[in-house]
Amino acid sequence: MSAHTPPPDSGARIVFDNVSRFYGEVLGVNRVRLSIPPGITSLVGPNGSGKTTLMNLMCGLIRPNKGTITVNGISTDDPERLFHQVGYCTQVDAFPRGLSGWQFIYSYLLCHGYSPAEAHARAEASLRKLDMLEASERAVAGFSKGMRQRIKLAQAISHDPRVMVLDEPLNGLDPMARAELIALFREWGAEGRHVIVSSHILHEVDEISDQVILLSHGYVVAEGQIQGVRSEVSDQPMQILVRCDRPHVLAARLFEKDHVVEGKLQDDRTLLVRTRDADRFYLNLNDVILESGLQVDTVAPHDEDVNSVYQYLIGEGSTT
Amino acid sequence: MIDAASVKSMPWGMWTRQALAVARLELLRSFRQRRGWLILAAMPVVVTAGHSVIASTGHWSCSIGLDTRVFAAIFQFLILRFVIFFGCAGIFTTAFRGDTSEKTLHYYFLTPMRREVLAAGKYLAYEATALIVFAGGAALSYFLITLHFGAAHWEHMLRGTGLYEMAWYTLVAALACIGYGAIFLLVGLWYKNPMIAVAAVMVWENINPFLPTLLKRFSVIFYLKGLSPVDVPMTGSLSLIEVLSNPTPAYLAIPGLLILSTVVLFLACRSARDMEVSYGE
Ligand SMILES: Nc1ncnc2c1ncn2[C@@H]1O[C@H](COP(=O)(O)OP(=O)(O)OP(=O)(O)O)[C@@H](O)[C@H]1O
Ligand SMILES: [Mg+2]
Repeated sequence: MSAHTPPPDSGARIVFDNVSRFYGEVLGVNRVRLSIPPGITSLVGPNGSGKTTLMNLMCGLIRPNKGTITVNGISTDDPERLFHQVGYCTQVDAFPRGLSGWQFIYSYLLCHGYSPAEAHARAEASLRKLDMLEASERAVAGFSKGMRQRIKLAQAISHDPRVMVLDEPLNGLDPMARAELIALFREWGAEGRHVIVSSHILHEVDEISDQVILLSHGYVVAEGQIQGVRSEVSDQPMQILVRCDRPHVLAARLFEKDHVVEGKLQDDRTLLVRTRDADRFYLNLNDVILESGLQVDTVAPHDEDVNSVYQYLIGEGSTT
Repeated sequence: MIDAASVKSMPWGMWTRQALAVARLELLRSFRQRRGWLILAAMPVVVTAGHSVIASTGHWSCSIGLDTRVFAAIFQFLILRFVIFFGCAGIFTTAFRGDTSEKTLHYYFLTPMRREVLAAGKYLAYEATALIVFAGGAALSYFLITLHFGAAHWEHMLRGTGLYEMAWYTLVAALACIGYGAIFLLVGLWYKNPMIAVAAVMVWENINPFLPTLLKRFSVIFYLKGLSPVDVPMTGSLSLIEVLSNPTPAYLAIPGLLILSTVVLFLACRSARDMEVSYGE
């Protein structure tokens, strides 16, 4: 991943060009460069790693602080064109109050601008696809978790989008329902659509994915086909959290070292260091303590550094 | 630059269809949830109906002339400044805020629809509700206040000034709904907690007579108070307000209010455009 070549931009790709998004002080995702081809792509990472943030950016629900995003050449700030192409099934388990499954899907299809007859036909087709046609007469409020997941999916794909963005679509489903959905994803992928699926468990999706994007703490730590991802991850820097009385002094000293990739002041007592060589980092830290009398409270690997994420995602024993 | 040809080539048909679809869905939803404003709307109706009932027992000595003047006061102080003001505040500030707290706004934001069209559709739905409930309520309460006169009431309504006055009150109430609707739509988009902003608007509307001429124009009540078909009986400190304010003639007031509402709606569309979906953690 070189920092200066822009990602290749062909028509049918989702392109993130150096995208960062913060929520106030909190990092959502940072310096993301991606170029996602059609097929099934999995976004994998633990809770809070930025999967939803990336999907929200892709669908224009939030805007980047830096960088640009295009979906099949369309800016995410152009809803009138974007949402003929894109359907997004969010993680949010909420529905407009008081509507039946049918009203839910039909009403938003009218908002797309379809005529009543066409909205009717499309609602019926997507409900049938997700096997929800019979249940759709009932109020969504009375649906089980699995049914809510399916009606949400039916709504997201009701306009037959080329790009389907699905945030944890397998969550809360029993094995049968999962198998059915996975078969659908495969079908859509084979039709040349983009199917972007997020999950925090890699083995849940690695079988079906044409490619995988691993996220950790808002960074894309690996990207590509599953084999490539495995080796890429083990070369990644690790993060160490230092609590001390003068973190800026420590930061200034550590920046001179070439194994330190990044140092980030979390607050006035905490420094987050990313290093390629943990052993040398600990030696350097001792030097600084001796020379400047720094008062250190704690030094610990950041709870989910990339290696532990890797272990968590890919599972023990598979490390190369 | 925007020129006439490019305005004409815009997809107005599609936008209209989408705005109507939004309005339809909003009405489908709102009739199942928010009913608090019905109590507000019923207040003047209850007051005037109550008046008629009690007056018909013969305990009060009133006349049609007196009753219509009393109604002018009810309209200014109860209907305009209280019922419609707070009714519109309740309905319109939740137009977007309601979806955010229900966590369903993204369903709209994920359709191929301009945010301006969404704002327009929502305004349309709630405006239709407000017009039926509040303007209709004003007309009904005017009708009821003289009902107890029996034949004289019908004489007043059909041959006298009754119908004309009722139409004016309905029109003024409708204009109030249009103006306050636009303002509170904007307030709901701008402020996370609209209560304080609503209170600020209320203060602003009520200090209007004391403001410099230019600032007066940025207020709904400025345009409306001169439109009453019957003068409000003013005594004591209230008459001070009357002296300080020289009412705007109708041919200026009505377009003035509509222009103000359009400007406010334009701002609301702009801020809907900048909106992000973030339901917090
Ligand atoms: N609206 C928000 N306001 C503040 N911080 C936010 C907001 N949304 C996300 N974040 C933060 O951004 C980071 C990434 O969150 P995100 O929801 O994208 O993660 P995720 O990978 O989808 O997690 P999960 O598996 O729990 O869904 C987290 O640290 C989160 O706390
Ligand atoms: Mg998420």
